[in-house]
Amino acid sequence: MTVEIARHWRLNSQRYSLIGEECPACHYKIFPPRDVCPHCAEEAGPEFHFSGNGTVFSHTTVHTPPEGFEAQSPYTVALVKLDEGPMITAQLTDVDNGAVEIGLPVEMVTRKLAEQGDEGLILYGYKFRPQMAMA
Amino acid sequence: MPIMQANTPTGIVGYGAYVPRYRVPATEISRVWTDGVGGVPIKEKAVAGLDEDTITISIEAARNALHRAQINPALLGAVWVGSESHPYAVKPSGTIVAEAIGAVPHTQAGDWEFACKAGTEAMQAGIGFVGSGMQPYVLAIGADTAQSRPGDALEYTAAAGGAAYIIGRAEESLAEFEATYSFVTDTPDFWRRPQAHYPSHGQRFTGEPAYFEHSVSAVKTLLMELGRSAKDYNYVTFHQPNAKFPQRAAKMLGFEKAQWEAGLLSPVVGNTYSGATMLGLTAILDIAKPGERILCASFGSGAGSDAFSLLVTERIAGRANMAPTTQAYIARRKEVDYALYTRYRGKLSMK
Ligand SMILES: [Zn+2]
Repeated sequence: MTVEIARHWRLNSQRYSLIGEECPACHYKIFPPRDVCPHCAEEAGPEFHFSGNGTVFSHTTVHTPPEGFEAQSPYTVALVKLDEGPMITAQLTDVDNGAVEIGLPVEMVTRKLAEQGDEGLILYGYKFRPQMAMA
Repeated sequence: MPIMQANTPTGIVGYGAYVPRYRVPATEISRVWTDGVGGVPIKEKAVAGLDEDTITISIEAARNALHRAQINPALLGAVWVGSESHPYAVKPSGTIVAEAIGAVPHTQAGDWEFACKAGTEAMQAGIGFVGSGMQPYVLAIGADTAQSRPGDALEYTAAAGGAAYIIGRAEESLAEFEATYSFVTDTPDFWRRPQAHYPSHGQRFTGEPAYFEHSVSAVKTLLMELGRSAKDYNYVTFHQPNAKFPQRAAKMLGFEKAQWEAGLLSPVVGNTYSGATMLGLTAILDIAKPGERILCASFGSGAGSDAFSLLVTERIAGRANMAPTTQAYIARRKEVDYALYTRYRGKLSMK
């Protein structure tokens, strides 16, 4: 339990708000943060805040979720290509599962991912939803 | 002098709204409980999705406020969340919101509580924090995902939503606080004991001695102390437990429909509790012009009202469209039936 709390806690900033890194050598934007740049193998660089905007690259609807994720089933998981380059896997939200299309412009929101039972922690993290118009 | 004014003038430097996507029409609730017989207090109410709570609502409203303020979140000296539906009984909502928006660790985070006026209390405290020079900016949020007993009169209106305000010095603000005032008495109109899931209320006792007495007294005193009357204001907004109460309070104080209609959201979003008055104000700020005056008065059961007088500055220009407007959230709408609504609100017993 303590190990698990520590693991979630260390991931808070990258999971709540898409904070990654920028490679100082090739300027590749990196998410999630790691030791070396996946593009040029240089040491990964300073913190980079992603805009949260991207498009759906592929998607699938989950009807038989893993343990702990039953409460929000069924839900759609997508491979999202962020505007800054990297591809990440995330749940979609505020969208009808049948209405998701490849190329759909999406934006990051922070939502409840799961709850550790009635007495445990509530886990929050990034999801993506169809982009809202500004005006 | 009973009204409150900071030594250093303060104002709103950024604001943000949030309303969830789902709506349940009031006629759908009356279909289930009264066979559709009798009137309904609003058209429909906003319902939080399965992955939403007061914390997620607060985070999105706060991010919208930051987009409009264009300030570094690390300069927020406090992140305060006012709500009666904090997801944890012990563990602050404020720390999670502060972490998500990048305000940690040099900040004063915490939660406020006073039924539906918890968020406006945080705004008043923010005026004090900034006005005393202790901090450059304070983030004050009001948000709720209100629960109501199935079949109770409150089920038609208990809704979800929230709004966030960044308070800073007047010279940076989109709207200056001219003065604020609170009117409070011990009035048992609505309550919930810690072990109870749903609130209790004093039925007809909620109107005259609670909502109207406190809201009207707060506004009257503020106007009197400022030497103003209703006609000095372009806009007014009140706490909105239904469609009728805020309109009646406005009429009692001499306001006209043109002054209250922009901030009257309860007919289409319901009662968003701590979010209600503050969302009325975001809807007004979305359309307000420099030099216009806004009066706003919250109400919290138990009971009390916080009233604010605001003067819109020239810095309001162009801010509305730097984040989704209140009306954009209201227009984003997916209707759900009573069955889906009960699942979304966790009313189905799974064990
Ligand atoms: Zn590189």
